[in-house]
Amino acid sequence: MELFGLADCNNFFVSCERVFRPDLNGKPVLVLSSNDGCVISRSNEAKALGIKMGVPLFQIRNEVEKYGIALFSSNYVLYGDMSRRVMSLLSSYTPKLDQYSIDESFLDFSDMGDTEYLRRYGQEIVKAVAKGTGIPISLGIAPTRTLAKVASKFAKKYKGYHGCCIIDTKEKRQKALELFEVGDVFGIGRKMKEHLSKYGIRTAADFANLDGEWVRSAFSITGYRTWRELHGEACISLDELPAKKSICVSRSFAGEGISDRHKLEEAVANFASDCARKLREQNTICRQMTVFAFTSRFRTDLPQDFISHNIRLDIGTNDSSEIIKTAIDGLRAYYREGNFAYKKAGVILWDISPANAVQGNLFDKRNHGKLAALQHTIDNINQRDGRGTVRNAVQGDNHLNIKREHLSQQYTTNWDEILVVKG
Amino acid sequence: MDEYSKLSTFSADDVDPNNFATESYNPNALHAGFPSPAQNYMNGTIDLNRVLVRHRETTFFARVEGDSMKDDGIGNGDIVVIDKSLDPKDGDIVIAHHDGEFVLRRIKIDKGKKCAWLMSADGKSNPTKISSENNIVIWGIVTYTIKRMR
Repeated sequence: MELFGLADCNNFFVSCERVFRPDLNGKPVLVLSSNDGCVISRSNEAKALGIKMGVPLFQIRNEVEKYGIALFSSNYVLYGDMSRRVMSLLSSYTPKLDQYSIDESFLDFSDMGDTEYLRRYGQEIVKAVAKGTGIPISLGIAPTRTLAKVASKFAKKYKGYHGCCIIDTKEKRQKALELFEVGDVFGIGRKMKEHLSKYGIRTAADFANLDGEWVRSAFSITGYRTWRELHGEACISLDELPAKKSICVSRSFAGEGISDRHKLEEAVANFASDCARKLREQNTICRQMTVFAFTSRFRTDLPQDFISHNIRLDIGTNDSSEIIKTAIDGLRAYYREGNFAYKKAGVILWDISPANAVQGNLFDKRNHGKLAALQHTIDNINQRDGRGTVRNAVQGDNHLNIKREHLSQQYTTNWDEILVVKG
Repeated sequence: MDEYSKLSTFSADDVDPNNFATESYNPNALHAGFPSPAQNYMNGTIDLNRVLVRHRETTFFARVEGDSMKDDGIGNGDIVVIDKSLDPKDGDIVIAHHDGEFVLRRIKIDKGKKCAWLMSADGKSNPTKISSENNIVIWGIVTYTIKRMR
């Protein structure tokens, strides 16, 4: 039986901070967006205090003080490294892992065993990730990606599941969907939810019980596919799932995989280009990128490699050529000779924000040439005089402009900022 | 930038043994004839990560401050390699979180009484029993120490 697992990191950014601050377990914690503007990640305790996602910091100053809420500026270097750890660990439990965002991935659990076996296996995965990386995850397993997402939310909400919820029968499906709000289903946006509420559709079960033909005529093919997925029929591919806080394009390579360096770079360039197009389609820019490539964990007879590199873009962008170049540079920095047969590679864009007017102007065609020329000149100077002054000065200015009053250390990526332990 | 400031900003992060190896040493370029069967696995240099990092995903590093574990061979300024995935065994050196700070201690597990204590090597701090009341978290197990000798 075909089964998808969705592994979702709980309150990911907050959880990353807590790994190195165990004293904050059980306390309200918030992570703020670039520039300390808005709330982008909340601990359960902060959610319980009524702090909403995306709310600007200045609006909740009173609550922060009153309840002693711990604040963190976004530390994307740390989150990128912790994500790499979680995803790499997860990939050892499945023949196929598809990363969907910085903190979510789909695991193939097809034909692995009966429900009882899968439950134990799933709980073991959740436990191993929590113990080994410190990041709590929720795992949902079901015959479709849409249902797996539903299951993961149940796993997160109810402690009794021990982190793993399986929806693999009609009865379980019906029961789960009755308790699930229709607006929380993958692929059902606000507009569609409003439309549905006019017909008195509140739960996912209400929606699933509608006539399929009617859904198809009222909500286009996308809505109909979601309806079919809720009925246990897998028909939505990874690329068709909605993009949220990150965009990921990746592929598994056929056969033995890709050993040729140029072919790997070509593939990554195409993924980067797809990502950039998606960014522009939703009129957004990104400030962080992760590029990854890895060999099959199950071919222990072959040399193994796992490249996963996180790159910060100094200026948010959605420009294809810039995003491609960054991805290739990132890959090259970690590529090593060794005849590795890469089975999978991909590009993830994150720290995504709307492309506002000012930034839009910066990247329109008229200015881009000048920008590229400037970058070229800077590169030339640096090449001639060594890695140094010009580039650093520009970056320095940028850093000064970004407000990061609550930044934690880069515990896992910088020797100067590793944990300190009292001996 | 003068030589001195270059030196002072040097950090271990700047060194990537893999990159270094591929640029400086290409075994294929050295000789013709039959390729060595070991070539597939050749990195060109010894990679310390292979020894010090048994589980890449669950290994973390910390710097030691203080000398209370000196008798166990771990002193001020040493770097400890920590694996979070391991279960503590009696006699392990562990990183624990206690009273808002990370501490380095030897763990003593009493299987008969089903309890465990944290011990310092110099005996200056009393053994602390790990219980739900004092909120001690065993964060990870120390697998290696990196000590600077000169």
